[in-house]
Amino acid sequence: MAAEQSMQTPATAPGDTRIHNIGYRSYDGPRLGRGYARLSLYSQSLRGSYGLGRSVKSKVLPMLLFVVMCVPAAIMVAVAVATKANDLPVDYTRYAIVMQAVISLYVASQAPTSVSRDLRFKTVPLYFSRPIETADYVRAKYAALASALFILTAAPLLVLYVGALLAKLDFTDQTKGFAQGLVSVALLSLLFAGIGLVIASVTPRRGFGIAAVIAVLTISYGAVSTLQAIADVQGNGDAGTWIGLFSPITLIDGVQSAFLGASSAFPGGVGPDNAEGVVFVLFTLGLIAASYGLLVRRYKKVGL
Amino acid sequence: MIATESLSKRFPRVTALDRLSVDVGPGVTGLVGANGAGKSTLIKILLGLSPATEGRAEVLGLDVVTKGPAIRERVGYMPEHDCLPPDVSATEFVVHMARMSGLPPTAARERTADTLRHVGLYEERYRPIGGYSTGMKQRVKLAQALVHDPQLVFLDEPTNGLDPVGRDEMLGLIRRIHTDFGISVLVTSHLLGELERTCDHVVVIDGGKLLRSSSTTDFTQTTTTLAIEVTDTDEHPDGTRAVREALHARGVSVTDGSGLPGAGHVLLLTAQGEETYDLVRDVIADLGLGLVRMEQRRHHISEVFTDSDDQRDEQRKEAVGHGS
Repeated sequence: MAAEQSMQTPATAPGDTRIHNIGYRSYDGPRLGRGYARLSLYSQSLRGSYGLGRSVKSKVLPMLLFVVMCVPAAIMVAVAVATKANDLPVDYTRYAIVMQAVISLYVASQAPTSVSRDLRFKTVPLYFSRPIETADYVRAKYAALASALFILTAAPLLVLYVGALLAKLDFTDQTKGFAQGLVSVALLSLLFAGIGLVIASVTPRRGFGIAAVIAVLTISYGAVSTLQAIADVQGNGDAGTWIGLFSPITLIDGVQSAFLGASSAFPGGVGPDNAEGVVFVLFTLGLIAASYGLLVRRYKKVGL
Repeated sequence: MIATESLSKRFPRVTALDRLSVDVGPGVTGLVGANGAGKSTLIKILLGLSPATEGRAEVLGLDVVTKGPAIRERVGYMPEHDCLPPDVSATEFVVHMARMSGLPPTAARERTADTLRHVGLYEERYRPIGGYSTGMKQRVKLAQALVHDPQLVFLDEPTNGLDPVGRDEMLGLIRRIHTDFGISVLVTSHLLGELERTCDHVVVIDGGKLLRSSSTTDFTQTTTTLAIEVTDTDEHPDGTRAVREALHARGVSVTDGSGLPGAGHVLLLTAQGEETYDLVRDVIADLGLGLVRMEQRRHHISEVFTDSDDQRDEQRKEAVGHGS
């Protein structure tokens, strides 16, 4: 306000410098079109997933979860360095499985923030009155949340890796483990982002979205791990393996224990073998594709 | 600017547009119709967002079916409903929307500052939109439609929810979009008086059909009617009547403004030219009355609707007559 007045005062004083109304200027510069618009939406959504460019209040939760994700890794590294251990206390591939509650919370909080807000405040028609198409919107939002999740899950792995190198652990071993971990969390990010967005895009109410995503992720995991335990006790390990298909986290667990050299978190520690692993991989990719398809279908209707 | 040819849009239960053929040139064009007349549906088809059931349409010479993205790059759209997230500032929101229209980051920021200033948002543009008044929100909505300097903007009910002052400001702004910014405008409203003041051309649709399309002057120029109101004095307890008789004696036919506010106190007469004004002045001065007002009264576009309603009533009566 003060700045406004001090700017206006010389403008009204006669004989002094004046601020001229330069009138409307038209724009002749470049228009970068659809691809650029999609990229802009991607970067805006990705930043938004960590509360950047939004209110202070909306930065708290994602930043907090990010810290919670990284602190255990830092502690493990500190312990490994201090005790001159031969290996890290946790495998790279196992880390995300252990921290799944944090990841689920992050998806539950940020998927609705990403899409429910646009639905609730009816901003979607503004996007579709611009060069982008339905598929561009879905791709940008999906890629943004998947990237945000990848940052969340890969950062602690990076901490572990750097720490392991500082502790002078075997380089080849660590690099291989790190790479396997990255592939695993990339797959996990795509899967969780897809499931989270599909659920969140159904409701314009953020609260419902959060509750629904948490419910789907935790109930499916709870049910699957209970059934797996029962199957294990009854000596029916095969059935236990197949049950693993029905919750996102056990699905990722199955994929990585079959192909990424991870030790399975399934009861009994026996994951799917290679043949069964193929089914797990196909199932995962199928779910990711289905999420994308459902989102595109959803926004075909919402666009108007 | 816009051309449609027997454009129809049918939903399972309703026909929103029924073989609508209309041509819209540059300038400010009003699209008038009651709620549900098909105004918003037409805009969605023109943006290439909703396919027409039959017929074709062109915007800026581009076919809406095949050239949707190219059209949307060159037009702006201000929706009827609320569309603003409350937790970001107007600046951030409009910058984002500018980038969504393909403007590079620096240009997006410059154009946002310019556009917000032109629509009349100043220091408040850095505050979250959630705290804005309805009038300010409408300005932000308008700014996001103009930020990429389109050749044409679609404004869907821009005066919705505004108080009379806000309406006047918004209408003035719409006028400036064309005169100062050189951007053509298609503005919808169900209030005819508003568009009469703002538009060069008015298209009236009803039930998805074209009722009338002509320039605003055509609508209202037929005659110039003068409305006169005078005071009463002791000498002439009914001043209005005295004036009517005096004018009648001079050969000017006068009607009382029946059906208008203040009927009985308002006299209407057809102005033939400058002389009529002088005559009225002299007559009233001679009678020693006070002239409360003398104003030009233009025909209102609403009469278009009344006419068509009458016609429809007649048709209905005929139909009933045939039926019995």
